[in-house]
Amino acid sequence: MSKKDSEYLINRKDNQYEVVIGLEVHAQVLSESKLFSTSATKFGAEPNTQVSLVDAAFPGMLPVINEFCVKQAIKTGIGLNAKINKRSVFDRKNYFYADLPQGYQISQFKDPIVGEGKVILDMPNGQKEIGIERLHLEQDAGKSIHDLDPQNTFVDLNRSGVALMEIVSKPDLRSPDEVNAYIKKLRSIMRYLGTCDGNMQEGSLRADVNVSVRPKGSKEFGTRCEIKNVNSIKFMQMAIEYEANRQVDLIEEGKTIDQETRLFDTRKNETRSMRSKEDAHDYRYFPDPDLLPLEVSEKFIEELKNDIPELPDDKKKRFIEEFKLSSYEANILVSDIDTAKYFEEVVAKMGKNKDIKLAVNWITGELFAVLNSKGLEISQSPVSAKNFAILINLIKNGTISGKIAKTVFELMIDGDKDPQKIVEEKGLKQQSDPKALEALIDKIINDNREKAIEYKQGKEKLFGFFVGQAMKASGGKANPQLINEILKKKL
Amino acid sequence: MSDITKQSLTELVENIKNKKLSSTDVTKAFIDRSEKSVELNAYITNDFTSALDKAKKFDQKPNFNLKLPGIPMAVKDLFCTKDIKTTAGSKILNNFVPTYESTVTENIWNEGAILLGKLNCDEFAMGSSNETSFFGNVQSPIDKNLVPGGSSGGSASAVAGQLTPVTIGTDTGGSIRQPASFTGIVGLKPTYGSCSRYGIVAFASSLDQAGPMAQNVKDCALLHEVISSYDPKDSTSIEFKRNHYSKELTNNIKGKKIGIPKEYRVDGMPKEIEDLWQKGIQYIKDCGAETIDISLPNTSYALPTYYIVAPAEASSNLARYDGVKYGFRAKGENLIDMYEKTRSEGFGAEVQRRIMIGTYVLSSGYYDAYYLKAQKVRKLIKNDFDEAYKKVDAILTPSTPSSAFKIGEKTNDPVSMYLNDIFTVPVNLAGLPGISIPAGHDSKGYPLGLQIIGKAFDEQNILNIAYAMEEKINFKNKITDWWIK
Repeated sequence: MSKKDSEYLINRKDNQYEVVIGLEVHAQVLSESKLFSTSATKFGAEPNTQVSLVDAAFPGMLPVINEFCVKQAIKTGIGLNAKINKRSVFDRKNYFYADLPQGYQISQFKDPIVGEGKVILDMPNGQKEIGIERLHLEQDAGKSIHDLDPQNTFVDLNRSGVALMEIVSKPDLRSPDEVNAYIKKLRSIMRYLGTCDGNMQEGSLRADVNVSVRPKGSKEFGTRCEIKNVNSIKFMQMAIEYEANRQVDLIEEGKTIDQETRLFDTRKNETRSMRSKEDAHDYRYFPDPDLLPLEVSEKFIEELKNDIPELPDDKKKRFIEEFKLSSYEANILVSDIDTAKYFEEVVAKMGKNKDIKLAVNWITGELFAVLNSKGLEISQSPVSAKNFAILINLIKNGTISGKIAKTVFELMIDGDKDPQKIVEEKGLKQQSDPKALEALIDKIINDNREKAIEYKQGKEKLFGFFVGQAMKASGGKANPQLINEILKKKL
Repeated sequence: MSDITKQSLTELVENIKNKKLSSTDVTKAFIDRSEKSVELNAYITNDFTSALDKAKKFDQKPNFNLKLPGIPMAVKDLFCTKDIKTTAGSKILNNFVPTYESTVTENIWNEGAILLGKLNCDEFAMGSSNETSFFGNVQSPIDKNLVPGGSSGGSASAVAGQLTPVTIGTDTGGSIRQPASFTGIVGLKPTYGSCSRYGIVAFASSLDQAGPMAQNVKDCALLHEVISSYDPKDSTSIEFKRNHYSKELTNNIKGKKIGIPKEYRVDGMPKEIEDLWQKGIQYIKDCGAETIDISLPNTSYALPTYYIVAPAEASSNLARYDGVKYGFRAKGENLIDMYEKTRSEGFGAEVQRRIMIGTYVLSSGYYDAYYLKAQKVRKLIKNDFDEAYKKVDAILTPSTPSSAFKIGEKTNDPVSMYLNDIFTVPVNLAGLPGISIPAGHDSKGYPLGLQIIGKAFDEQNILNIAYAMEEKINFKNKITDWWIK
C-alpha cells in the first residue's frame, strides 16, 4: 500500500479534509494502594469498602504521596522515551461534585513528572512517530450511581484517590486506525513495564479525544472539540469518525466550529455538546499546600532505568535478528507481553534442533484459534509452553505429520497432556519405513490402474488423489514426504 | 481547692508527682471552676464526666514518669478528638464526631493528660476576636464584654480564667499570640513543620501551626516539648532534633543579639504600645543581651499578602464541607441547590467572605496578579528575616498594635479587624517561631504583649529570651473573677 492510499481523508465535493487527533489517555497505575492513602485499589470490591478517611476527605486528613506510584509513573515515562522531571508539583484542581470528596482533585498542572517523549507505531505503510506532550500523576474521583434509585444518587468512593497517569499526546494522529495503533502501543508498553494493566473493560484505560479537521495541505489547526471519557478503542474510532464528519459538514455549510467539550453517545453513535468554552469550569489550579514539591534524584531515576525490561520495540528488533522472523510475525508476537513470554518459553523449551518458523505458525494459527474460541488470554492457555514445544519438536523430527499434530493438539487441550504420551498411547507415530510404504503404494496403484494410466497420459491433478489414498490407507500416519517421493517414482 | 486552679502546670505536675494532689483533686477543681464559668462561653463541648473517670483511673494506677501525669486539659475545638464532637466553631460541623485523633492531642494524652472539653474559637479559626463562632462570642476574663482575641479565644479565656492549666491553640496569622496578648498569657507559634497538622481542621495549610498557651514560659516550654513531633502522616512535618525545651530552659541570654525592626513602628500606633516596646528593649538589656536596630523592608506587604494566601487556601480547604459526606446538610432541589443552601446556611459571614476572596484570587485571569504575586512577596518577606538573622539571634516586636477591644466594636469593620494581625502575620508567612509574653497593661488595665520572633527551629532560644524577660517583667494578670457569681 502506498502512503497516499493509506491517507485518511474526508471528501466533500471538490474538497478534501485531513483529521487531526490528540489523545489524553488516563491510565490507572498498577499499585496495591492509592496515590495519597493506603486504601486498596482492587477492582470490583463492594462499594465503599476501600475508602480511607483521606479518600473521603474528612476534616484534618492529609495526603501522603505513595512512592510506588511515583516509580510507576517514572518507569512509564522511561518507556515512552520521555524526559523525567526531577522536580514536579502537585496542584489542586477545584470543582464541586458529589463523587469528589475533597472538592478538588490533586493533579499536576504546571510541572508534570514526565515531559516530552515519543512512541513508534507500526502502520501498514511503515512506521510513524507520535509525540508525547507530557505524563502527569493525578487522583481518580469516585463513582456516582444514578440508576439505583429514582430520587437519589449513590456514591461509591472505592475509586476515589486511585492513582492515574494522564498521558497527553501531541496532535500527531491522523486517522482512527492510528488511534487504534497508538492506544494498543501505549497499552503494550505499560503492560511490559507492569505500570498499568490496560484493562479497558474495568476502566483502567480510557481517553479524552481531541478532534479537529483542516483542508488537506493546510498547516494551521482547525478548532478542536474534546470528546470526554471514551472507554474503548472501537468507540474512540466511531466517535472520531462521527465528529470529524460533523465538523467537515459545518465547514462546508459555511458555519464555524465552536470549541467545546462533547460526549459520545454509544447507542446513537453520535457526539453531542456537553459544555461550551464559555461554560468551561474555572478550576482555580494552585499548588497543593499539603504536599511539598516532588523531587527525585538522578540516582533514583537511574535505578528505575536499570529496572526496565526489554520493551516491545527492542524485543521486535531482536526477534527479527535472532529468529529471522518477518516484521509482521514479530509484531504479532511482541504486541502482547504474555504472547512474547509464551513464545520465548516455547523457543527455550524446544532445545537445539528447533524450528522457530513452525512454532510461530502454530502459535499464531492453532493456539490463537483455540484461545479465541474459548475466550482465553494466552496467560491462561490450556496448553503449556513446555508441551507446546514438545509438539513442535515431534513435527520437526518427523515423528508425526502436521495433520496428525492437529489431532494430538486437540487431545492436549484437555488437561495440558504430554503430546509424546498421546502419540504413544494412540499409536499415532508417523510411518516412515520406505519398504512398508512401497508395498502400500503398490497396492493402491494396482487397485486404481485406470487412474494411473490417465495420470501418465498427463492428467497430473490425479497425483493428489494417489497421495490421498495412501494417507487414508495408512490411517493418516504415513510420512507425506516419503509418500510423495515413492509415488513419483512408481507412477 | 480554689488554690489548685491558680497553680501553674509545672506546680501541678510537681504536686501530683509528690502525691500532694491527686489527678482527681486537680481535675475536679478545674471542672468546678469551668462549671462556674459558663458566662465566659469558653467551652463548646465539655467532657467532664469521663474526665473525672479518667482521673480516678489515673490515680488508681498512676504513672509519674509521664510529662503531664493526670493533668486535665481543654483544647481548641479545631483539633479532631476521637468520639468527641469537633466543630471548628461552625454550624457546618455542628454534628461532627471524628473517629480519629489529631497527632498533637494524641501526643498530649500519651503523656498522661486528660481531656476536659473542647474550647470555643472563631469559625474555622477565621477571626481575631472569637466573634465569628457559631457558638457565640467568648468573654475575656479580663473584663466583661471584652474580646479575648482570636481565633483561639476560648483557649486564651480558659487559660487566663483558670478553667484549664494550659491549652493548645492554632495560629495561622496570629491566632495564638494575639489572644495570648489580649488575655495576659504566654502563647507560642512554633516553626512551620514542628507540630503535625494531622487531624487539625485546616484553615490555610501553608500557614497553620498548633502551639501551646500557658500562664508562664516554663509551662509553655513543657507543653511544646510534648506536642512537637515528626509525623509521617503530615507531608509538611519536618524531621529535626527537637530539644527538651523545658529542661533546657535558661534565663541566661547574655550576649544574645536582639533585632528591633523599624518597620514595626506603624502609623497610628498608640503611644502605650511604643512605650511597652521601649520597656521591652530595656528588659532585654537588663538581661545582658544586646539590641540592634534592623530593617524588615517588606513588612508593610505582609498583611495584604496574608489576606490573599490564607483565603485562597481556605477557599479550597473548605470545599469539602458540601453536605454530602458528613456535617450539616440543607435540603435542596438538586445537587447544586443542596450545595448552595448547605454552604449558605452552614458557614457564617466571615467564612463566606474569605471563601469569596479566595475563590476570586485563584480565578483564571486573576491568579497571576494576586496569588502568584502574593507568593513572590511572601518569599521577599522570608528573605527579609533571613537577612536580619545574619546579624541577630531573635527579633523583638509588640504582639499587637493595640490592647483588647470591646465585643462588637469591630464587627462591621473587617479591615480594622484584620489590622490586629499586622505584627503576627509576617511570622506565619515566613514559617518562623514566635512567642507572645505578657509585658504590661494599658491605661484601662488591659494586658499588652511583646513578641519574640526566632529563627526556624530555634524555639529554645526564644523560649529562653521569653523566660529571662518574664523574670524581669514580673507581670501579674489582673483577674477579678467578674463572671463568677
